[in-house]
Amino acid sequence: MTLSINDVKQVAHLAYIKVSEEEAEAALSQLSGIFKLIESMQAVDTSHVEPMSHSQNLVQRLRDDRITESDQRDLCQSIAPQVENGLYLVPKVIE
Amino acid sequence: MFNDSLKQLSERLANREISSVELTTEFLRRIGKLNPQYNAFITVDEEKSLAQARHADQKIAAGETGPLTGIPIAQKDIFCAKGWLTTCGSKMLSNFVSPYDADVIERFNRAGAINIGKTNMDEFAMGSSNETSYFGPVRNPWDAAAVPGGSSGGSACAVAARMAPAATGTDTGGSIRQPAALCGISGIKPTYGAVSRYGMIAFASSLDQGGPMAKSAEDLALMLNVMTGFDERDSTSLQREKEDYGRDLSKPLSGLRIGLPREYFAKGMSSDVEKAIEQALDEYRRLGAETVEVSLPNSPLSIPVYYVLAPAEASSNLSRFDGVRYGYRAQAFQDLAEMYRNTRAEGFGAEVKRRILIGTYVLSHGYYDAYYIKAQKLRRLIAQDFKNAFKQCDVIMGPTTPAVAFDLGEKSSDPIQMYLSDIYTSAANLAGLPGMSIPVGFGDKMRPVGLHIIGDYFSEARMLNIAHQYQLVTDWHQRAPDL
Repeated sequence: MTLSINDVKQVAHLAYIKVSEEEAEAALSQLSGIFKLIESMQAVDTSHVEPMSHSQNLVQRLRDDRITESDQRDLCQSIAPQVENGLYLVPKVIE
Repeated sequence: MFNDSLKQLSERLANREISSVELTTEFLRRIGKLNPQYNAFITVDEEKSLAQARHADQKIAAGETGPLTGIPIAQKDIFCAKGWLTTCGSKMLSNFVSPYDADVIERFNRAGAINIGKTNMDEFAMGSSNETSYFGPVRNPWDAAAVPGGSSGGSACAVAARMAPAATGTDTGGSIRQPAALCGISGIKPTYGAVSRYGMIAFASSLDQGGPMAKSAEDLALMLNVMTGFDERDSTSLQREKEDYGRDLSKPLSGLRIGLPREYFAKGMSSDVEKAIEQALDEYRRLGAETVEVSLPNSPLSIPVYYVLAPAEASSNLSRFDGVRYGYRAQAFQDLAEMYRNTRAEGFGAEVKRRILIGTYVLSHGYYDAYYIKAQKLRRLIAQDFKNAFKQCDVIMGPTTPAVAFDLGEKSSDPIQMYLSDIYTSAANLAGLPGMSIPVGFGDKMRPVGLHIIGDYFSEARMLNIAHQYQLVTDWHQRAPDL
C-alpha cells in the first residue's frame, strides 16, 4: 500500500487538523514508514480468529436511569474559551 | 530521609518525629532546588500541598491514619485534580484547571496523601522519551544528557531524584515500565481494569492503565492498595474483592518457575542490558527459582498491532479537543470549521498529530477491516501466546527495554526508532496483563537497566512478592544519583 500526498490531506481534513503543504510532505514520508511497519501484520493468517477489543471479555454494565450529577454549569463554564448567558459561544454556523 | 521507604516515612509521622507540613516542606524545597534542571514537574503549588499537609497533621493528631497519610505523592499530569492545572503535557490543555478529581486523585485524598505536584509527561502520553511535552523535556537524574523515558518521564525522574517518595503513572504501551527502567526505579502496570480511568485523560482506552512508580516493590504494594478498586464511573473497571497487594511479600521463591521468552532473548537486546538481566536471573536461581524457555511467537507483531489500535483509539478520544468547552482556542479563524482546524493544528504537537492522522486513516472507509479489525484479531493471538506460556511458568521475565536510556534528541526525529523502545512492553497492554519493571544494575555510561516481569491476570501480589524477594538480597533499588 502506498500513501499519496492527497491521502494525507484527506485524512487531515477528516481529523480537522490544518496542515500546510510542507507539513503534509513531512507527514507523508513519516506515515509511509510507519505503514510499512504496520504492513507486517498482513503476513499472518487470521481468517479464523475473532477480533479482541478487551482482555477480560466484560459485558457493559447497566445502571438505573437516575440523575447522578449535580448542576455544575458555572464551574464547568468558568474554564471555557467563550461563554455568554450560560451558553458556549462558537462562530455563527447558520446564516 | 529522602531515601526513606513509604513505611519509614509513615513511622516517622506516626511517632511525631516529623510533621506532614515539615515533610512536605522538605520535598518542596528539594523540588525547588532540582526541578529547574530536571523539569520533572509542570506544576508545583506550595499552598495547596501545605493545606493538605495541615489537614493530614490533624488526622494524625486524631489518630485517623492510614499507610499514606501525610506522605507527599507526585501525580502525573494526566490525572485531573480539582483546582490544579492539568495539562497532559499539551498546549491544548495548557490553561485547563480541572473542575473535578480523577478517581485516583480522590483515593489519594481520602488516604490523606499530599499532592506534591503534577509531573511532566509526553504530550497526551504519546512518546517514550518525554521529549514531546509542550513544557519541555525531562532529564534523566542519572545522566542529564539522557532521556528519562516516557511517557511518565516526570514521575520516574521525580522518584529517582528523590523529589517525591512515590508517584503515579499511566501505561498504554510501556509508559510506566520503560521510564521506571531508564531511571532505575520500580513501577507496575496492573491488570487492565484494576485502576479506574475516570478523570485520567484518555489516550487509548482499551490499553490505558494507571499504576504506581516508587523506589521498591514494598512501596508499590502500598500505593496499589490505595489506587485500585471498583469505580462505577469507568465502564471497564473490574468488580473484584478489595485485596492487600502486600500480603505475599515475604513468601519464599522456592519452586517459582520463571518463563524466558526465546523471542526476547534472541536478538535486539544490547549486550550491557543482557549482562545485567542474566545476573538478575542468576540471583533468582539462587533464591530457589527455576527458569524455563517459553515462546511468544506473535510478539514481533505487538508494535505494528499497537500502532494501529492505539492511534485509532486516540484519534477518537482526542476529537473532544475542539476549542469549545475548555482548553486552547486559536485566535484567528473565519468560521467554525476553521476554528476547529486551527485550534487543533496549533494546540497539538507533531507526534500527537501524527498519531491522530494514523488513527483516522486506519478507521476510515475501506481500511477499517484491513487495519483495525486485522489488528484486533492479532491482539487475540498475542494474548493467546501468553495464555499458553503461563501453562509452563508462573511469571515471565526479560529486559524492560532493549537498551539503556538514550540521549536527548537521539531518536526524536525518527518516530519508528522511538516506537521500538516499547518493543518488550506493549504486548502486556494488548493482552491486558500486569507488567512491572525493577532496577537490576547499570549498563553503558552507568545508566540503569530494568528487569521486566509479566504476570498472569490479577497476579500483582505474586509479582510484588517476586520483586521484593530480589530487593531483599540486592540493593539496586536503593541506589540514588548523587544530586
